[in-house]
Amino acid sequence: MTLSTHPPHVHPPKPPAPSFLRRLSMAFRVFFRILVYPDYAAQVDGLRFGADLPPPLTAAPPAPAPTPAPAVNYNDAALQLLALLQRDARLIDFTQENLTRYSDADIGGAARVVHEGCCKVLREHFTIVPVRQEAEGSRIVLNDGFDARAIRLTGNVVGKAPFLGSLSHRGWRAIEVRLPKFAENHDVTVLAQAEVEL
Amino acid sequence: MSEPRYSIGIDLGTTHCALAYVDITASEGEQTLCAVLDIPQLTDPGTVEPSALLPSFLYLPHADELTEGDLDLPWSTAQDYAVGEFARSRGALTPIRLVSSAKSWLCHAGVDRRAAILPHDAPPEVARVSPLEASTRYLEHLRQAWDDAHPDAPFAEQDITVTIPASFDPAARELTLDAARAAGYSALTLLEEPQAALYSWIQSSAGRWRKDVQPGDIILVVDVGGGTSDFSLIAVLEREGNLELHRVAVGDHILLGGDNMDLALAHGVARKLAADGKALDPWQMRALTYACRVAKENLLTDTGLEVQPIVVPSRGSKLIGGSLRTELTQAEVRSTILEGFFPEVEASVRPSTRTRGGLTQLGLPYAQDAGVTRHLAALLGRQVGATAELEGFAGQVDANASFLHPTAVLFNGGVFKSDVLAQRTLDTLNRWLEAEEAEPARMLAGADLDLAVARGAAYYGYVRRGQGVRIRGGTARAYYVAIESSMPAVPGMEPPVQALCVAPFGMEEGTEADLQMQEFGLVVGAPVHLRFFGSSVRRQDQIGTLLDFWQPDEVQELGEIHATLPAEGRQPGEIVQVRLRATATETGTLELTAMAMDGDEHWKVEFDLRSQD
Repeated sequence: MTLSTHPPHVHPPKPPAPSFLRRLSMAFRVFFRILVYPDYAAQVDGLRFGADLPPPLTAAPPAPAPTPAPAVNYNDAALQLLALLQRDARLIDFTQENLTRYSDADIGGAARVVHEGCCKVLREHFTIVPVRQEAEGSRIVLNDGFDARAIRLTGNVVGKAPFLGSLSHRGWRAIEVRLPKFAENHDVTVLAQAEVEL
Repeated sequence: MSEPRYSIGIDLGTTHCALAYVDITASEGEQTLCAVLDIPQLTDPGTVEPSALLPSFLYLPHADELTEGDLDLPWSTAQDYAVGEFARSRGALTPIRLVSSAKSWLCHAGVDRRAAILPHDAPPEVARVSPLEASTRYLEHLRQAWDDAHPDAPFAEQDITVTIPASFDPAARELTLDAARAAGYSALTLLEEPQAALYSWIQSSAGRWRKDVQPGDIILVVDVGGGTSDFSLIAVLEREGNLELHRVAVGDHILLGGDNMDLALAHGVARKLAADGKALDPWQMRALTYACRVAKENLLTDTGLEVQPIVVPSRGSKLIGGSLRTELTQAEVRSTILEGFFPEVEASVRPSTRTRGGLTQLGLPYAQDAGVTRHLAALLGRQVGATAELEGFAGQVDANASFLHPTAVLFNGGVFKSDVLAQRTLDTLNRWLEAEEAEPARMLAGADLDLAVARGAAYYGYVRRGQGVRIRGGTARAYYVAIESSMPAVPGMEPPVQALCVAPFGMEEGTEADLQMQEFGLVVGAPVHLRFFGSSVRRQDQIGTLLDFWQPDEVQELGEIHATLPAEGRQPGEIVQVRLRATATETGTLELTAMAMDGDEHWKVEFDLRSQD
């Protein structure tokens, strides 16, 4: 996960809980490391008896004090995205018009502008990948500890993992967000400037 | 200065700039680490976004047009102009404040390129800039973008290569160098764009290129960018078991590119709309041009498509009610683009040139013939003898050939994203070859059409340090000054002019040539002007060769050169005898120096950048 702008951030998803086999191999590794490395043992000791927040296992430097970047303001980010969708896709114009007066052909023409522009905004400002790589319709197995935030179970949801099911939608996940940077006094509430031709 | 860590390549294009870099320390032999810098730039007032391309546009806003901070960049809050995407989009709506195609102005010998003349149709209250200044601002932006992204490796300490069209004359090369210096570039080399494209192809092949070409190959590089077409011919020969590349010829400077093609289509569609009584304003015209480019690429990619819808969005907020719908057909694209710009002509055709009327508008000298293939035919015909004296080529040249026979073609420039256009060019060339019973030329694949020049330039900076193959060739022209011959004057006739060769063809970088036999008398304090000529075909002329007569397409006039001797320590009016020395610099420019016969004094001879009138 990389983030090339400061605000707004997308928070990285919490990694899914490790499977039993993986936990078993981790347990053996940690067991031997505790025996061999006294420093490591001291860290694990701190983990066991420390505060309720687990400190990092590796000797990581203390988390750097956040640079005095402006606080993440999700309102600003939302307005920014709206402005981009208006600039490149005319989305606000499109949705503010009353469709009843127009023929489908007219609407279709405008929809091309909106579609092409939305594609451009998504392509330029996000990196979006499917959650599951398998083809839709294929049978997949969900092991114990699968990430329920990324995968939604539907239909006959009974029993215990592993679950066997058919993938009806691959899902989408944003792995990168690249929103433009703004000057300090930029007014994000202006989604599109009024234009006056002299 | 410490050893540079990066070799930076800069494509200073007519419509776009790009910056690529090779990490020298992380590269070994032909395995190189090459990347492209995302250039932060204004895309809207107060909005900075990165992009691999920096549009070569400069916008000079009105004082009331923007608010404070709207022009701020991550590295500057003091700038009162914009370059890049915002400049292009805002300038399309207010063209009187937009500087575009500065590079084409930079090589336009008909104007004073150091004078503030752009935008050339601006009203008096707009503070104009010179073509040199505009180029400086693009280069400065690139330098600052680099320094912002690499605070640990300052730009000033890296190895910099800036690309120029192969067809740039010595004056335009020197202006580019001046612009770069003014932008704070120190260690700097100039490289011809078609060569850069070939370097990029070599770099991306990571050594496999040696299997794709053989000794005896003649590679034609066809580079059609947004605003210019540029051709070069590069021969492959073998010396002591190693493959060597020699650039044997370059084409003329042709102001003709992809933007002309999109505009031609847009004007065709606008005429259709006008016939229905729908007029377009400049804003809609720009949107139409963009829509035509997209539709053109679709139609040329999928020849099964008959028609592509075109929607010109409304300028007002009524998107559905105000948009204009029309379409672009396969037939229109084929007749405008394929037949208009890439016609299937014979090898013997030449581009048409209309003699200009008495009233010429002060503007860019756009190509008068839009046929890229006709310009190509002219180049190959003119260069039929280009390899005659090249080692290993003597036996190969067919004495009956009417044009030089390339064996491989490398395409470059955004225009060739449409495979059909590359294929059409190749097919046309191959029909010419077939008519002379020569083997068809093959296409060298795998070029990155938009970024190849920047990447190739970065790679060149790396190979210059002794790694990998270099393209040789030296100067692509021989240069002459005019000497008035001492014939009796005939009333009503200009005295005939002789051309004296002052720099032969193919002078390698870092060499100099002294003109021994001819001396010039320079009057102290009074500038001496000499007419200056170049020839891209007269390979045999040595320094000092005096031409009495030449074919009109052999030798072109390039403007004037002048030398002024300062009066210090001399009597004004005194005549000093000097010799001329030509130097092909390591940087890639040609320098002329006047050397005093008595003593060590010398003075730089300037390329006259003044207007001709």
